Amino acid sequence: MSELPDAKIPTQAQAVWRNGAFGLGLAIICFVLFSTYGKSLAPWAFSFPKTQTFPVARWISQFTKWLINDATFGLFTFTDLTRFIAAVIDLPYQIALSLFATGFMSGPGSSAVQLLPPISWIAVIAIVGLMGFYIGGRRLALVVASCFVFIAVFGQWTSAMVTLASILVAVPLGIAGGLFLGIGAYRWKWLERALLPLLDLMQTIPVFAYLVPILFLFGFGATAAVVATLIYAMPPMTRVTMLALQRVMPEVRDLGNMIGCTRRQMMWRVLLPSAKESLMVGVNQVIMLSLNMVIIASMIGAGGLGFDVLAALRRLDFGAGLEAGLAIVALAIALDRLSQAFAGSSAATGNRSSRGLIARHPYLAASFLVVIVSGFLGLAFPAVQSYPEMLQISTGTFWSQVVKWINVNFFDALEAFKNTLLLNILIPFKRLLLGLPWAGVVVFLAISGWLLRGPKLALLTGALSFLIAATGQWEKAMITVYLCGISVLFAALIGIPIAIMAAERDRLWGWVRLAIDTLQTLPSFVYLMPAVMLFRVGDFTAMIAVVAYSVAPAIRYTVLGIQGVDPRLVEAGRAMGCTNLQLLTRIKLKLALPEVLLGLNQTIMFALSMLVITALVGTRDLGQEVYIALTKADPGRGLVAGLAVAFIAIIADRLISAGAFRARARLGLQEGAQ
Amino acid sequence: MKAIHRSTTRFVAGLAASAIALAAGAFSATAQESTDPIKLTLHDWTGQLITTQLMGEVLKKAGYNIEYVQADYLAQFAGLQTGDLSVAMEMWETTGRDAMDAATATGKVENFGATGMKAKEEWWYPSYMKEKCPGLPNWKALKEASCAEAFSTAETAPKGRYLGGPVTWGGFDDERAEALDLPFEVIHAGTDAALFAELESAYQRKAPILLWIYAPHWAPAKYEGEWVEFPEYSADCYNDPAWGSNADMAYDCGKPFGEIWKVGWSGVKDKWPGAHKAIKAFTINNDEMGAMITSVDLDGKKVDEVVAEWIGANESRWMKWIAK
Repeated sequence: MSELPDAKIPTQAQAVWRNGAFGLGLAIICFVLFSTYGKSLAPWAFSFPKTQTFPVARWISQFTKWLINDATFGLFTFTDLTRFIAAVIDLPYQIALSLFATGFMSGPGSSAVQLLPPISWIAVIAIVGLMGFYIGGRRLALVVASCFVFIAVFGQWTSAMVTLASILVAVPLGIAGGLFLGIGAYRWKWLERALLPLLDLMQTIPVFAYLVPILFLFGFGATAAVVATLIYAMPPMTRVTMLALQRVMPEVRDLGNMIGCTRRQMMWRVLLPSAKESLMVGVNQVIMLSLNMVIIASMIGAGGLGFDVLAALRRLDFGAGLEAGLAIVALAIALDRLSQAFAGSSAATGNRSSRGLIARHPYLAASFLVVIVSGFLGLAFPAVQSYPEMLQISTGTFWSQVVKWINVNFFDALEAFKNTLLLNILIPFKRLLLGLPWAGVVVFLAISGWLLRGPKLALLTGALSFLIAATGQWEKAMITVYLCGISVLFAALIGIPIAIMAAERDRLWGWVRLAIDTLQTLPSFVYLMPAVMLFRVGDFTAMIAVVAYSVAPAIRYTVLGIQGVDPRLVEAGRAMGCTNLQLLTRIKLKLALPEVLLGLNQTIMFALSMLVITALVGTRDLGQEVYIALTKADPGRGLVAGLAVAFIAIIADRLISAGAFRARARLGLQEGAQ
Repeated sequence: MKAIHRSTTRFVAGLAASAIALAAGAFSATAQESTDPIKLTLHDWTGQLITTQLMGEVLKKAGYNIEYVQADYLAQFAGLQTGDLSVAMEMWETTGRDAMDAATATGKVENFGATGMKAKEEWWYPSYMKEKCPGLPNWKALKEASCAEAFSTAETAPKGRYLGGPVTWGGFDDERAEALDLPFEVIHAGTDAALFAELESAYQRKAPILLWIYAPHWAPAKYEGEWVEFPEYSADCYNDPAWGSNADMAYDCGKPFGEIWKVGWSGVKDKWPGAHKAIKAFTINNDEMGAMITSVDLDGKKVDEVVAEWIGANESRWMKWIAK
């Protein structure tokens, strides 16, 4: 950070930018020349010598074996410790599960007797409705309640409640964990330094890669699923906490000091409350990412909606898969809107406690009343306890028929379209990437790092890309880059125009937001299998899945950027007689560039996180490698491939952030930079 | 908000206390041997659900506690080794052998013997393809250029396209195509679901397709078609290159019939000796299973109903499994 030029003097910044561009151009020319003519000169630079690769996979396998079987703290072993943690997590989970799904049981396994039924569907809907009304008024109450009614009507209730139980355990743990790590990192610089690379890895290593060790350490079942969810969903909360605390206005901090806050008071009474709104972004991400894990969690014993989706698609019952998938979306939307409104409402009304206890009691009392009354009524009328099967709706074979109709009537057209794209864009790009010399790419990445930020970044990008080659993953990594690269390109081409259209039309933006929320939480399996029917297995189908998932951040961040443009600047542009197109290209997009780049960054992260799923339609990339390792229960192989994915993500992230920093500097938006 | 917080904490604490009380009361339940539930794993295909629930219901009749746990086919081995899971009722020789061997090698997982079902896996085509390639089901028909052409797509032409199983299933199809000199390109589906999605798609359009199908499964019952007849499998064919039509390469034959194994945690034997015996004794054959899968997947019956029917009709058989 210190090696950056002082960007406040625009001429100097521009000069550095120009030099950088020149250097980059030179590097590209050298690189192209080498990759075309270098093969006979230095064959080792094109494929990494097999005898020289590091056997990292074996080391990791041995280490995990030791960790599971032999690691000990004297009094107890490492496995004892993790099993203890699992038991601690299991208790709230069992309570939530009993409360919502199974009822309280006495006795083990199948001979158990139900002592208390679970909370009835009517009561759950009433409670979430009341919560919505309390936090955000009638509109929110209606939205949240109808999400749950949707779940009941489509017959997904029991599964949805199982999923909800695990979410209700994972989300608070994720929020608390992220908050504490974030506070710790804010307080102690060394922790921040240690944490940042770890967070990158946690977010980018595919879950399958560390699933096997987790199953051994935490036991098979919902607890292991919660742990895996935590690893995946906690980093954004940690990051947001760190950032939010740093961004608290210095005046607020001074005020705290002036009135003599202790360190603890400063954190809990001053800093955190004033950062509340930013923190809620983290909460939202924890919820979304936890629901993302539902499918994988169901593979390791969590059951619930994820299992229904998998089972339905195995029978090619698209309708049932879609219904279970949409139930996940409904849960996500309900939880998200509630948490969003919660942040908004308490920030707006400020000090509530002055209204006294009685003013708040009606809601709580009403909730309890509904639970108890519906519980008793449920004993007499089963329909009150669980939604009557007769009134359930199902789309039945409708969706399968739709897919069939498209398949029979439009397959040839789709096939022609697919082949055009495949033959003209995808395959040439794949060949190009696979033909590149690894040594050249490593050097090129290092030079780009140097030019964009300095020697430190050069070392990082160079070393990470070298490690990918040195562990024998180069070819698979290149296929990964090809698949993600092309998907990110399409996601940007689709997402950015949509974002430009939606950014200034509130109505449209509301619909677009609903659509991207759905895309982000609907399990990709739901549309992956129909896509296989129409486009066969292979790269193209995988690309569709990746684009569908990663288009969301491209839209979200671009909209954020455009909406954040200072209206005075737009006004000024208009006064100077800019046309609408000029306003867009010369002012809005230019000023929104840092956000667009951040969106691009997130698009890449999302694309990489879909790799494991695309392996399920027959791609041959690092995702496939991770998947194979899972099936062979080989933790070393999986983690090495997972780390390679993480390295690609980190290289892309660092280079783009450095680019974004420069863009900001050039636009004089320095204060927005980290 | 704080008041709500406090009261919910109290509420949850109360619940926790009652949950602990419940758990403590559980030990008074009476059954033979250990009263802990035997955990049987459920996967995501119908046949396995039926097999597992048959076993589970029989064990229930014998007075054991049963718990069904949804688990991934291969990820479950981690649970079986630690005893978190007890029994997995279907481990296919053809797709699960590597993982099973790795697990049994640790000594923590035991092979409970064969289920009696045999997995058939082979190259398969829908009947309407016979018109375009009349020599079928004999594998030699596939060698002809016109046949390969009939099975080709834009990406593979003039070679034919064969859709193999996920790479994790093994199966040596790449080697087979090469050893038998078949003008086919082997494409691997990523999952079982993708495999059948392609078949469904092609079948709806009466389009050409040649792919890996296995039984017992609902697909051979739903779609009309045949298996390609390769030279019959023998162990020599896979191990000895000299065997068969290609003197220089192994795998110049069809696929073996695979056993479907029952596996489980090795602690089952000591904890529930009677159940261990019953699980080992469990057998069922392909035809019975095929009929049950069909009535679930194609006739829309519930797994519970089908299982209950079987239990009702075969009392003499399962009584022997749990006899003392």
